[in-house]
Amino acid sequence: MATDARDVTVRGLTRRFGDNTVLDRLDLDLAPGSFTALLGRSGSGKSTLLRTLAGLDPAPEDAAIRVPASVAVAFQEPRLLPWKRVWQNVAIGLPGGGAKERAERALSEVGLARHRDAWPATLSGGEAQRSALARALVREPRLLLLDEPFAALDALTRIRMHALVLDLWRVHTPTTLLVTHDVDEAVLLADRVLVLDAGRIAADIAVDMPRPRAHGDARFVALRRRLLSELGVEAEVIREAA
Amino acid sequence: MSDTPLLGARGIVPPSLPVRAPLGAVLPRLDLLRARRFVSPLVLVLLWQAASMAGLISPRTLAAPSTVLASAWELIATGELPRHLLVSLARVATGMAIGVTAGVALALVSGLSRLGEEVVDAPMQMLRTLPFLALVPLFILWFGIGETPKIALVALGSAFPVYLTLFSGIRGVDPKLVEAGRVFGLDRAGIVRHVVLPGALPSGLVGLRYALGSAWLSLVIAEQINATSGIGFLINDARDFLRTDVIVVGLLVYALLGLSADALVRGFERRALAWRPSLVKG
Repeated sequence: MATDARDVTVRGLTRRFGDNTVLDRLDLDLAPGSFTALLGRSGSGKSTLLRTLAGLDPAPEDAAIRVPASVAVAFQEPRLLPWKRVWQNVAIGLPGGGAKERAERALSEVGLARHRDAWPATLSGGEAQRSALARALVREPRLLLLDEPFAALDALTRIRMHALVLDLWRVHTPTTLLVTHDVDEAVLLADRVLVLDAGRIAADIAVDMPRPRAHGDARFVALRRRLLSELGVEAEVIREAA
Repeated sequence: MSDTPLLGARGIVPPSLPVRAPLGAVLPRLDLLRARRFVSPLVLVLLWQAASMAGLISPRTLAAPSTVLASAWELIATGELPRHLLVSLARVATGMAIGVTAGVALALVSGLSRLGEEVVDAPMQMLRTLPFLALVPLFILWFGIGETPKIALVALGSAFPVYLTLFSGIRGVDPKLVEAGRVFGLDRAGIVRHVVLPGALPSGLVGLRYALGSAWLSLVIAEQINATSGIGFLINDARDFLRTDVIVVGLLVYALLGLSADALVRGFERRALAWRPSLVKG
């Protein structure tokens, strides 16, 4: 199921936990080098899908799943090993020679070169998450899975992280799947937004707006509204919140 | 990481040997604070000395501090104390080497595999409820009255704390970190080495400190078994001659040994666990 190509194909993926069907015969195609956002309410199965693609959950026998051989994940929490220095965290699992140099290069790329010898416990939330990004990118993944990596960050840090992720994606061009529950984030970053509901892809919307995108843009607002209604948040609520 | 736990809030700060002020190198206020901690023990010792000199405490009950000091000096000068000290140290070192090794090995077996847990953990949990010092009569029957039962007792006393803490440390490692290790290409051995063992180390080291305490306790008991050398022998021998001064010297040596062993582990801890937030920010 692992290939050298960068595209992702999923056919008929069903996942059940007890009586609860989380993913229901789901089909998914990701074009090589695309940036896709996966939206869904809590418990909609978006994390389950990501975990299956990452190989963390076993793929069911009856599903056909094709993912690139090199997959990297950035989780909601940085998940750095507290007993390893930042560069060692980035280099973890890298094969021998030149691992340190590669880790240091990745750290410079995310602007953390001077923290390479720091202990993770001394990093701020944003710095820790940037280290986690460096750890994902140092592997030159063909598929980059982002599991709500900005959810725990403060608003300002999140804005900077959005820009960083876009920059890195442009340079390294991995096929990227961002799981999020933040509609703005999805519209801001992705070429394509998927809405997961009741275990199926309920909406598949292309975002053809030039980057950088602005929240005030009329197309942005319209798309945001549409996605929110796909997620079951009605127009009145949106107006009230605004 | 600084070496000055200024407020002494963290852990037990052992009374380091009598403070000789390094001529203005330390803030005078700090010296005062440190000195204050020694005032009440000092007063107690002085009272003890006064009571002995006034004849309120008979030397048969408890020798005067001055006599204790003199005897300590004599025991050191004649080489008697160092000789017995070495014997005791060797017993603890051998016993702990065996006990800690066994504790670590068993904790790894039961911590890293379900099967291992089923086989090892149940008997260990049952055995640990047994006050191990109660095994002395059996040990004498099994091992005689030579060095073996003494070392065995120390080994037994130190194995359990290490086993229990390391096992729970291994099981307490954050599964999310294990998962991250897997995603980033660590195989099982790599996960054990880079994730599980370092994660279990803090609690394992707490276990080592418990083990040290337990080992000294075992040594004290073990050296009551027909010993012909060692600090315990020194104490028992002194009892026969009503030499309370020598008994007190022996007790002091036990106390100092316990303190320095603990300081040793904490020193190691400070280096090995330098990554911990409390130490990093401290």
